[in-house]
Amino acid sequence: MTEPTLADWKQMYGALWRIRLFEGHVQRLAAAGEIPGFPHLSTGQEAVAVGICTQLAREDVLFTSHRGHGHVLAKGSDIEATFAEILGRRTGLCGGRGGSMHLVDAENGVLGATGVVAGNLALAAGAAWAAQAQGRQNISVVFFGDGATGAGAFHETLNLAALWRLPVLFVCENNGYAEFTSREEHSNVKQVSSFAVPYGIGTKTVDGNDLPTVFTAARHAIETVRAGDGPYLLECMTFRMAGHYVGDSQQYRSKEELAAIREKCPIERLKRHLIERGVDAEELDAIGDRSRSEVQQAVERAVAAARPDAATVLEYVYRAPALAAIPG
Amino acid sequence: MQHTFIEILRRALDEELARDPAVHLLGEDVAAGGAFGVTRGLAQKHGTTRVRNTPISEAAITGLATGAALCGLKPVLEIMFIDFATLSMDCLVNQTAKYRYMSGGQLTVPLVVRTQAGAAGGAAAQHSQSLEAWFIHVPGLVVVAPSTPAEAYGLLKSAIRLGEPVLFIEHKRLYTMKEELVEGAELPPIGRARIAKPGTDVTVIAYSAMVQCALEAAQKLADTGISAEVIDLRTLLPLDMATIAASVSKTHRALVAHEAVRNGGVGAEIAARIGAELFDELDAPVLRVGCGFAPIPFAPELERALLPGSADLVRAARQIMGLAG
Repeated sequence: MTEPTLADWKQMYGALWRIRLFEGHVQRLAAAGEIPGFPHLSTGQEAVAVGICTQLAREDVLFTSHRGHGHVLAKGSDIEATFAEILGRRTGLCGGRGGSMHLVDAENGVLGATGVVAGNLALAAGAAWAAQAQGRQNISVVFFGDGATGAGAFHETLNLAALWRLPVLFVCENNGYAEFTSREEHSNVKQVSSFAVPYGIGTKTVDGNDLPTVFTAARHAIETVRAGDGPYLLECMTFRMAGHYVGDSQQYRSKEELAAIREKCPIERLKRHLIERGVDAEELDAIGDRSRSEVQQAVERAVAAARPDAATVLEYVYRAPALAAIPG
Repeated sequence: MQHTFIEILRRALDEELARDPAVHLLGEDVAAGGAFGVTRGLAQKHGTTRVRNTPISEAAITGLATGAALCGLKPVLEIMFIDFATLSMDCLVNQTAKYRYMSGGQLTVPLVVRTQAGAAGGAAAQHSQSLEAWFIHVPGLVVVAPSTPAEAYGLLKSAIRLGEPVLFIEHKRLYTMKEELVEGAELPPIGRARIAKPGTDVTVIAYSAMVQCALEAAQKLADTGISAEVIDLRTLLPLDMATIAASVSKTHRALVAHEAVRNGGVGAEIAARIGAELFDELDAPVLRVGCGFAPIPFAPELERALLPGSADLVRAARQIMGLAG
């Protein structure tokens, strides 16, 4: 991709707001009991999603984690269908069978989110293997948190992906917490990027709250992977402004820590950056407002959408018709 | 011409590799022929990108195979021992089995996981287990356990062509068994049992190596005037209740035999289903024959003492018939 124009940056500014506002609605409706389960918000981490997914082609495949709303939206999935899935509606991406932690939008290359930490890393490598084996040019991207580095599957997958030179981009959103446990408490290894080194995987650690920085690093990473130079691990240092899940009171974090995180807000930072480049604050506010009404309308439509038909609950367990009627 | 179980699996894989470019074999040592020689020569013939060695990373290779299956490949993954499938369980249970459902039908996982189970030759507690019951509990999986070489040939091909996640369990004691292959025979459908031996007095329901045990027992029973019908389930999930029902409606007596322990086993499921669906047909309680409730021991005397054999089946069948000993 060529250097983004000012118009591109403004578009990305709108994309950051879409995710922030989308998850604001998730938080509101979850608190109101309208959303089943326990959704996880990526509030504060939006620049990673936008900086990377904006540069992916539709054919590029995306795997994400339990904290994946932002990635799915940034990849271009429909706001209403995504929200409807989180609400458990018939019109949701998965017809209400997946929910917040299992978003799939296959036509858009979103091949899945998983509720098991590190569970999708190997699947992303497998998708990359399929592309390699079939001579396709698409790449595979997988998002995970720093908590995933405690899982064996993380290390197994890095080894395999490096060995087979698979076209997979590993993106670690290092927000300093594995659920409620800080990085210092769960690993002696300070930077996730250092795990890539012994496997010979290209890697970089960047400020994940600065969109231009993420964008530039991601461009290099994506070009490397697409060129067939094997996997790449991009570590984005970021901050979770919300709790682990909606309703987490975050007793384990100090007021000072939370206040400091607000100062690092990626949306505010991009706004300051664009104003420095001569963009009017009013214009940026108008972009935010457009995102606000776009999300608002999509959410309203999703809320109004039909709920799933209980009679269909056994559908989609198997594809083969001969297997479809197994008594439980 | 007679073929061993191993030779016939190799032939089925060879033919499927040749038939469909999407089929890829992967697993520990598979390009080198595999721990039991099933894939010997296939890498030389089809290339090491289609028959590919992996590191000893069961979690990652199961995920890798699943991800590839989502994106157009039809991987056949070898997990060397079913005991090691414990390391694949997260992916198989949480991802592979549920993908189609969780995605509302957007994606399917055409994946066959070949694995090898059962006790023989002092393989001991971590290389001898029969863990199939864990997998029949998971909606979305298909579980197949063939009983003879010819059966394995057809069922493996059917499994590869099915387009669903299939756990294909081979019994190590059957690997050297030889059988004639009927050329050009129709492939057996997944989900359909077969009558391995017809009979009229008692139905013996078995799968995998226990079918051979059941046939031996049926022969011994015949010598005492008892006619046993032996059902080879072939597929454990889904279960072919129609074949079981037809047989039990005829014999009015049923015995389920497997090498796995009885507790929470496949036999418990079948006995419950027979009890619920065929209660009026039964002349006696459904009995189960299985392994003693202990890990598989190492010493040959202990291994023999624990494993169920045809004598146990004869005893159980006679008990069902109301005969002593």
